[in-house]
Amino acid sequence: MYLGVTKPMIQLVVAAGVVFAFLYYASRKRAMVPGKLQYVGEAGYGFVRNSLGRDIIGSRDFTPFIPYLVTLFFFLLVNNVMAAIPFIQFPTFGRAGTAYALALLSWVVYNAVGIKRHGFFGYFKHQTVPAGIKGPVLLLLVPLEFFSNILVRPVTLALRLFANMFAGHLLLILFALGGEYLLLHGEGFTKLAGPVAFLMFGLISLLELLVQVLQAYVFVLLTSMYISGAVAEEH
Amino acid sequence: MLGYGLATVGPGLAVGLIFAAYINGVARQPEAQGRLQPIAILGFALAEALAIIGIALAFVL
Repeated sequence: MYLGVTKPMIQLVVAAGVVFAFLYYASRKRAMVPGKLQYVGEAGYGFVRNSLGRDIIGSRDFTPFIPYLVTLFFFLLVNNVMAAIPFIQFPTFGRAGTAYALALLSWVVYNAVGIKRHGFFGYFKHQTVPAGIKGPVLLLLVPLEFFSNILVRPVTLALRLFANMFAGHLLLILFALGGEYLLLHGEGFTKLAGPVAFLMFGLISLLELLVQVLQAYVFVLLTSMYISGAVAEEH
Repeated sequence: MLGYGLATVGPGLAVGLIFAAYINGVARQPEAQGRLQPIAILGFALAEALAIIGIALAFVL
């Protein structure tokens, strides 16, 4: 076990500070005619609130989750885009532990909400017994549903985020170092492949920017879908 | 690593099919785009999870 301050730790703290500062200054004035910063904040907040919260969880009981969803989205966004900022260039969630922590948090949230809503055994019945199915096929379905809804969900949530960031980071390293090697240490015509690798590096960087935003979106989307599944009255 | 390359074939096909269906739907009904887009992105993420698990296992093993 390594004790000490690592780069991802610092990035997590910095990202939390950036998100806090952004949301605080965007919502401080509450002017009727929004300025630039307030407009951006309102656009982001409205996007998460309406398209991720209200449309998926349902308009009846989505209000308690708005703070969590908005904070999660901006926190993920800042942490992921850090991979594209020069001199930082490391996605915080390229370390698996950070992604595990966030997925655990989402898991606790949606299970706690479901248990509070349906009672302990009622919630497990709700999550594992699909509606309108009777008879011996339940013997097969209940373990499967329990496995997929309770156990696999947090794992895939964490692994999707972590592995996307990690794989993108590896790809960028491969193109940068490979291009450098081909250009400086290649022989003859292999030197010509170096600039091509650098061009690919630029293009993959743009692709990674897309992936980073998309992964933040997907993480919050899935979290809100799990919450909606937990609070729904019936499937 | 070779195994991972083979494992990406399935998710690749799946993602292609998902976006093909999405493009078809938007081409037939452009006003339904707002409702189709989250579903398409969600399907994309779910299909991609398989490839992601593949690359994670490639590094673990």
